[in-house]
Amino acid sequence: MRLSILLLSIFFCTTTSFAAPEVSEIIAKANLVSYYNGDDGRSQVEMRITDSQNRTRTRLFTILRKDETDGGNQFYYVYFKRPSDIRKTTFLVHKHITTDDDRWLYLPGLDLVKRIAASDKRTSFMGSQFFYEDVSGRSPEDDTHLLEEETADNYIIKNTPKRPDEVEFSSYSVWIDKGSFLPVKAEYFDKTGKKYRTMEVLESKTIQGFVTVTKSKISDLNSGGSTIATFSKIKYDLGLEKSLFTERYLRRPPREARK
Amino acid sequence: MKILKTILCIFIFVQPAQASMDDIKDHLYATTGIDLAGFIETRYGMRTQNDPHQKDESLAEVRLQVDLAKDLDWGVVKLKGDLFHDEVTFETGGEFREFSLLFSPLNNMDIKLGQQILTWGTGDMLFINDLFPKDWQAFFIGRDDEYLKAPANAVKTSLFYNTANIDFIYTPTFEPSEYISGERLSFWNPLNGQLGGQNDQFGLEKRNSTGRDSEYALRIFKNVGSIELALYGYHGFWKTPEGMTTNYRLRYPRLSVYGGSLRNQLLGGIGHLETGYYYSRQSDNGKDPLTRNDEVRFLAGFEREIGKELTASVQYYLEWMQDYSNYENSLAPGTTKKDEYRSVLTLRLTKLLMNQNLTLSFFGYYSPSDDDAYLRPKAQYKMTDNWRLEAGGNIFIGKKLHTFFGQFEDNSNAYMGLRYNY
Repeated sequence: MRLSILLLSIFFCTTTSFAAPEVSEIIAKANLVSYYNGDDGRSQVEMRITDSQNRTRTRLFTILRKDETDGGNQFYYVYFKRPSDIRKTTFLVHKHITTDDDRWLYLPGLDLVKRIAASDKRTSFMGSQFFYEDVSGRSPEDDTHLLEEETADNYIIKNTPKRPDEVEFSSYSVWIDKGSFLPVKAEYFDKTGKKYRTMEVLESKTIQGFVTVTKSKISDLNSGGSTIATFSKIKYDLGLEKSLFTERYLRRPPREARK
Repeated sequence: MKILKTILCIFIFVQPAQASMDDIKDHLYATTGIDLAGFIETRYGMRTQNDPHQKDESLAEVRLQVDLAKDLDWGVVKLKGDLFHDEVTFETGGEFREFSLLFSPLNNMDIKLGQQILTWGTGDMLFINDLFPKDWQAFFIGRDDEYLKAPANAVKTSLFYNTANIDFIYTPTFEPSEYISGERLSFWNPLNGQLGGQNDQFGLEKRNSTGRDSEYALRIFKNVGSIELALYGYHGFWKTPEGMTTNYRLRYPRLSVYGGSLRNQLLGGIGHLETGYYYSRQSDNGKDPLTRNDEVRFLAGFEREIGKELTASVQYYLEWMQDYSNYENSLAPGTTKKDEYRSVLTLRLTKLLMNQNLTLSFFGYYSPSDDDAYLRPKAQYKMTDNWRLEAGGNIFIGKKLHTFFGQFEDNSNAYMGLRYNY
């Protein structure tokens, strides 16, 4: 009897370990890999925005991040370096999972700390094809997830919004790498079912043991515009203090951001 | 016009030079650690009606801003200055916007010394507890919004504790706001009940004695969850000459202000409340008709997104004169009487278009009590990452000559500006 239980449990353990993980588990892991590497992190981002007529604009900024808990609340700090007219502007986000985020913008020319409403996270970040939500993450709780297909390398997961009136898409599919759980591609479909937006990871590296996107591209198929974001000077677990994500440093950018 | 042509030539020269400009900046940073940026711009504005006291041009200037910063191991030095030529006043000169040193003698303490721009409070283009110098003239003629704030020579000490944070600002010599003196904008003269301009400027009793004419400003602030709370105190002078001596010279009467503010998320947007008591220490409880009385000021505002890339905000602002009966009794017969309550509503609309490269904005003040208004429409287009073109207006509407915005009706203007950021 005891032997049969043992055999049975071995059987179940092995079968579960070979089967595909639950969809929610894939999504949770992908969320952590994308937005929660380490306890904190720093990255310099260059966004190259190209419009349909091939005119380009460039944004250069540093992002600092600190996690309160993995998969939970986070702090983001953005320090703009270029273009020159927004240089030294800083932006602070207290990202909350269950309530609206808190956002502040500091305009150095006026020494003004402006509080910003966070109602619509799906608006363009600095005129690029990236949305605020692409920068700081879309909560997995906002969508229902379905494993659409499994290829040799990827889980393809279809995500349908729980509150469709708050977003511009009807669904989006994400290709998640089976080995690293990094989302490598996404396609967004509008309310008529037409594909209108794509995200592709163009390059990724392992930094301090964390799989990290170093170049990605978001294209708006309707307007013909696209943005390529290149990430450099990436570092994790710098030991950033929580106090760094307050009005004090909004007015007085820390060295970690200015570097 | 000659100067404008010269500037255009400079622009044309500068355009292809941006790549080398970036090289110069990078080289400067690599070799000296000095961070350089700035802009060169030209602005031109015209009155939209005739003003018998002023010329038709309200604005005609060229401006070069140089912004330098150097990171020392123990602090940061900043120098930001403008060189300008003004065709309205025929002035050529320079001014510091900032010349400061920031350092942290303690872990939880910052000190910023020198010429600096200072701002606090929750109002949008309305100020209760922010008693730092402003330049209303720059605002009314259509310079960039940045120029509404004038620099002050001050020492700012900030202390950060878990219980609350403290900012204390000491300004050794009084730093007044730039007021509407008649130099380039006309105003209502309460003594003769008429509009006055360049030839009607009053004499002014200066307050420039270091030590005796000092200002003290305090803010204690704290975030409780998402709620931002602050208490304020100010001891100094009215920032514009709200008083007159018995021989009819303008003066800055003594003033103390005590107030508080609150700001938080509200109904998918941001709501804010601010209040302050203005204790006008030389008004003799309202018995001196030549000095502005004590006031209670109150402000409530709300901002939220109302459409794609479209934000709206509204504010209600109130000035409530204290000791009103004393004021009424002190007035000479026939003098225009101010109301006990002055209320102002503001509306801001901001729409971003063309990948946020085109901004259409509107800011309007309307006073139901004074029945006057001030409208600020503006369009700003970023042609490239470096070039910016803008056009806007400053429109004053009023039925009476003596109301705050109504007196400026003849100053209504439209302007254009072209800026190159390097």
